Amino acid sequence: MTGALPTGARAGIASCAACGLLSRPAGPGNAGSCPRCGEPLAFRRRDAVQRTWALVIAAAICYLPANTLPVMTTITLKSSEPSTIIGGVVDLYEAGSWVLASIVLIASVVIPLGKLGALAYLLATVRHRSGRRNRERTRLYRLLKTVGRWSMLDVFVATYVVALIRFQPFLSVTPGPGVPFFAAVVILTIFAADAFDPRLIWDSGGETRGEDD
Amino acid sequence: MAYLPTDIVACPDCDLLERIPPLPPGGTARCARCGRALAAGKPGSIDRTTALAAAALIVFLLANAEPLMELSAAGRETTTTILGGVREMWRQGERASSVLVALFAVAAPGLHIGFTLAVLLAARRPPAPRWVGDMLRWAEVYGLWSMVEVMMLGILVSLVKIASLAAVTPGAGLYAVGALVFLLAAMSASFDPREVWPRVRWRNGAGQPPSFPEAAGAAGGER
Ligand SMILES: [Zn+2]
Ligand SMILES: [Zn+2]
Repeated sequence: MTGALPTGARAGIASCAACGLLSRPAGPGNAGSCPRCGEPLAFRRRDAVQRTWALVIAAAICYLPANTLPVMTTITLKSSEPSTIIGGVVDLYEAGSWVLASIVLIASVVIPLGKLGALAYLLATVRHRSGRRNRERTRLYRLLKTVGRWSMLDVFVATYVVALIRFQPFLSVTPGPGVPFFAAVVILTIFAADAFDPRLIWDSGGETRGEDD
Repeated sequence: MAYLPTDIVACPDCDLLERIPPLPPGGTARCARCGRALAAGKPGSIDRTTALAAAALIVFLLANAEPLMELSAAGRETTTTILGGVREMWRQGERASSVLVALFAVAAPGLHIGFTLAVLLAARRPPAPRWVGDMLRWAEVYGLWSMVEVMMLGILVSLVKIASLAAVTPGAGLYAVGALVFLLAAMSASFDPREVWPRVRWRNGAGQPPSFPEAAGAAGGER
């Protein structure tokens, strides 16, 4: 044994992304498709690093307007008061519900920023063929895939506040231009996490099974 | 085309080739290298998940038909349903957000439940036709974009925001959404695609899922 563990790629066996069946691709130029479900076969997700970078950068660009533009505007007879995501968190905190304030803060600010940072970190370490802390990096990837959806929270909050506060002209709420940018951040980061291939973390070595060799 | 017996898998997260041992009920097989859950012992998964998906379908319809909450202020009342929120966002010019909410809160969960139920019903009598495999893949995609639990939390946050401005009465739809969150979580936890795939007719023309010879080693079991 050379110490190299048997992986699908080393054995020339591709794992179907849809049904998990292992099969030998037809040829080097054209991998063919899964004999069971018909999904095109590939050893790694196509252009994973470039596509993930592109989506991360696009999400980061949308992040700024998402947080600086108002997501809701409260209109009364006398005034019209726009509020941003952070403004909404402050309002909730001042209303005495610091639990909800921190939930919104985590879902709207911490998760998207953390997700962008974590993806950039994974992309950078894969590029430098790190080979260290593979298990932790894989766990980080699994975590960011599961928590990403919660960032959509504020889009739903805006939708149902707008749908209910319709007492024109005394009191009404209209959605602000920040909402679509915010939704774009969430969708782009979900696609980015999907485009990345965690098997790249392991391709540069770090062969250990659990503890250490 | 050469393929391997289905008790051998490549870990989706690190590509290590591993054999899945027979699992006791409730047992989980994890990747020896990265810890990813590879398979779980879920006996009776198809029957249980069929029941949960049918219940989820009914509650989903209720959640969409009944009002989420009623609000009174300034001597007037407003009420909304899940789709009412979508309609109001559209009316106020937020078309993109309106479409996304419709997708994540209504279309994706509805298709996720419907496709899962169709797959399970079709898989009861193997070999199931090939479209069952296609539907299973789509059910997974819709499941990814179904955000009922996020919407539930969003509605609760909006309730708190509104409570200081007007009197809020929760409607039957809100309780249905709460029940749907639990049913969807139970449905996803009990569903086992590894139970369904062996029952689906193969794409390559092999009419029946073939029986495999006992494989000696991970990479050597090819035929
Ligand atoms: Zn397949
Ligand atoms: Zn693994």
